[in-house]
Amino acid sequence: MALVRLEGIGKTYPNGHVAAKGLDLEIHDGEFMVLVGPSGCGKSTVLRMIAGLETPTAGRILIGDRDVTALPPQDRDIAMVFQTYALYPHMTVRENLAFGLRMRGTESAVIEQRVQEASRALGLEPVLGRRPAQLSGGQRQRVALGRAIVREPKVFLFDEPLSNLDAKLRVETRAELARLHRRLGATVVYVTHDQEEAMTLGWRVAVMRDGFLQQVAPPMELYRRPANRFVAEFVGSPGMNFLAGDAVPGMGPAPAAATLGVRPHDLTIVPEGAGDTDAWVDVVEPRGSELLVYLRMGAKGDGAELRVVAPPEPAIEEERVVGVRFDRARLHWFERESGKRVG
Amino acid sequence: MPGADPTSSIERQEARIAWALVLPAVLTILLVALFPLAWTVWESFHLHDLRMPWLGKPFVGIDNYVEAFGDPRFWAALGHTAFFAVTSVGLELIIGLWLALALNRAFRGRGLVRAAVLVPWAIPTVVSALLWRFMFEGQSGIVNSLLVDLRVLREPLVWFIHPAAAWVPVILADVWKTTPFVALLLLAGLQNIDASLYEAARIDGASAWRQFRHVTLPLLKPAILVALIFRTLDAFRVFDLIYALTGGGPGTSTEPIALYTFNALLQNLQFGYGSALSVIVFAITFCLALLYIRFLGAELTGARR
Amino acid sequence: MRPRSWWPGIVLALLVGASAFPFYWAILSSFTPEARLFQAPSLLPSQLVLDHYRALFSERNFWLPIRNSLIVAGSTTVFCVALGALCAYALARLEFRGKALLLGSILAVGMFPQISVVSPLYLLLRELRLINTYPGLVLPYLTFAMPLTVWLLVGFFRQLPGELEEAAMVDGASRLRAFWEVIVPLAVPGIATTAILTFVYSWNEFLFALSFTLGPERQTVPVAIALFRGQYQVPWGQILAAAVVATLPVTLLVLAFQRRIVQGLTAGAVKG
Repeated sequence: MALVRLEGIGKTYPNGHVAAKGLDLEIHDGEFMVLVGPSGCGKSTVLRMIAGLETPTAGRILIGDRDVTALPPQDRDIAMVFQTYALYPHMTVRENLAFGLRMRGTESAVIEQRVQEASRALGLEPVLGRRPAQLSGGQRQRVALGRAIVREPKVFLFDEPLSNLDAKLRVETRAELARLHRRLGATVVYVTHDQEEAMTLGWRVAVMRDGFLQQVAPPMELYRRPANRFVAEFVGSPGMNFLAGDAVPGMGPAPAAATLGVRPHDLTIVPEGAGDTDAWVDVVEPRGSELLVYLRMGAKGDGAELRVVAPPEPAIEEERVVGVRFDRARLHWFERESGKRVG
Repeated sequence: MPGADPTSSIERQEARIAWALVLPAVLTILLVALFPLAWTVWESFHLHDLRMPWLGKPFVGIDNYVEAFGDPRFWAALGHTAFFAVTSVGLELIIGLWLALALNRAFRGRGLVRAAVLVPWAIPTVVSALLWRFMFEGQSGIVNSLLVDLRVLREPLVWFIHPAAAWVPVILADVWKTTPFVALLLLAGLQNIDASLYEAARIDGASAWRQFRHVTLPLLKPAILVALIFRTLDAFRVFDLIYALTGGGPGTSTEPIALYTFNALLQNLQFGYGSALSVIVFAITFCLALLYIRFLGAELTGARR
Repeated sequence: MRPRSWWPGIVLALLVGASAFPFYWAILSSFTPEARLFQAPSLLPSQLVLDHYRALFSERNFWLPIRNSLIVAGSTTVFCVALGALCAYALARLEFRGKALLLGSILAVGMFPQISVVSPLYLLLRELRLINTYPGLVLPYLTFAMPLTVWLLVGFFRQLPGELEEAAMVDGASRLRAFWEVIVPLAVPGIATTAILTFVYSWNEFLFALSFTLGPERQTVPVAIALFRGQYQVPWGQILAAAVVATLPVTLLVLAFQRRIVQGLTAGAVKG
């Protein structure tokens, strides 16, 4: 059953900028849906439209079975965690948590109970009496989370909540979020620009670009069968390699005028002459668990760049010619003009 | 596909609330500022002498303006105003910048300095004028006494009798009162300059003067321009200070344009003529402001000279 | 820059000295008998009397101008802050068309030369029979006080964290409730500072007060002091005593809130 439905959503600003066009999206009950894309692709705008902070210029939004397109945020039964957390600076943590329930006229006994539960779940009990300015970044983030949880809304909206945390904290909090979601069984719409976050957290991921949905699918499907070149390039790190369709002999049958895409993980380095083509080793980056090898196609190293992920052993020397073997089962073909997948 | 009304709900409601909030203030301003200004322009084209009400209020076209431009006292007043503006603002900028640079590094006694800086700004201008008048007054006022004792003067000067000498307490009083404000503005601008720029310059081998010329000054330009705008416009409108210090005297040798207009309006009750003067003052102020805004705007958007 | 530890110290001493001297001299002189005022002045206090202060309040009834100033400055402040806060909030935090133009126009009005609006205001007040009355001063004061208030408050409101209203709305508050519960408590310091500054500017105003009042019944402090007349000569002792009394309230206010005032003035100006 779809809990949130966007039908034909479009948003054009008065200055002509189009943030979204013809968007159809269904988010299922209890699902963790991630909206991902580069800056300016419109994902935050879509989130804000679901929240009611912006009105779409076309289409409608349904939450549950209600058409909420014209409803203000306070009537939509949603909760949102902002990128900057937006905690109320003049209120204590407890008051911050209780604010939403207080606005809805909930009984103080219920408020007290829910605040206790949420603060216990998030480890906020020791700081209930403090103000946001006295908290660490991680604690503030949890208060923002708590504020949303306490409301027990139909839908949780997250606007790049981890981008203000340092790398280590980000990874830890990511895991906590996943755990929390499992426990609460809530419906989540999560916006991020980080494809790794999208892949690890999302049950389904919606990739956006310039206001259009590129593909909506579970992470592995995005990885294995990207619908177009943009998605293929965006998902996966290091990014996919793209070659002219006829750059490497024997990969066919190649659809006419197509681009060949192959992931660094699906290429193997073999001795010179033993693979599908030869290449020149430019730079080798040892990463501990693997080697990231930058190759240039052709024995003289004058062709296109190719990135390969190789096992840490055997060591690969720079400034040598090696062979490259392509995994035939993991090739992607894209139309040269449109970027659409053709094979 | 059923579509939401594009201009409805959240954004339109927001705009509606915004206008409701803004309207009372805007209406007030319209009533007490814009409407009188329009009336002044209207009046400036009429003869309206309150001492001779039987003459009525005939329309006289630009006669008042012609009269103004032909009046030597008018031009003298403009000259006084320009002189005052250039001198006081120039001094305030230089001293203020020097002050701001020093304050930027001092740490102890910040509160004391801020207090010293704010109090002259906070008192009524007429009071500061009277303080300075008192100091320069009489044969044995404190200034005369000090100057004679220090052998700067051979005998006490009667400051307010000499057209040139009378300017000294005027300029001093203005500088005393408003340099602190300029210094504060520039200090805020200084504090916005990233310290790492100085470090980079120092590593490059730049001397203190070089650093000042190539790092401080360019980055301080917006703040300097803001200070210039405010101070020039203020200096151009000077009234309180001179009214209380010299009364425009001796004679009319320190009379600024605002005082001249005031005399025409409320002493001589020539409302038509006075209105023409008012319009001229307004026009000059407006042009000055426009000029500055163009410079400041160009500065802010990084246009090159 | 290489630290030069003695330079700032000297500048500071000069600054404080130069600022303070006229005050010191005025205060000292206000306690000096009239006869001694212009004879061999000395920088150190010798003979101190209260004559001038006594005369100020008994003979000249200086309470009158003080009362008038309090009422006029107070009313102006209350009125401007109330309307100006609402206006500034909309300009700083809400989106609507014509916003930039409106803010620019309000600021432009604040730059009007006072002299340019004195005559029509005079005629208008005369029509409404408001010459020499309290409303007859408060109304003209709005020309400069309202733009000032709006400008200062816009600066303060802009500094509040961005998504507060949105968070409050998502949490269930209507726009007005969000304003009341979240924005107002945070803006109180800014509103207080603005009120102080507006009060100071209104207290110090001279031209309008001079033009629109006729006598001691409604004259404000700056006008009263400027128009002090003696029977035979200028009563400097009393003038200085009046100056001290007149500037005491604003001086105390400014000293008590100096940090906030500096913040308020410079935030709006430099960051525009």
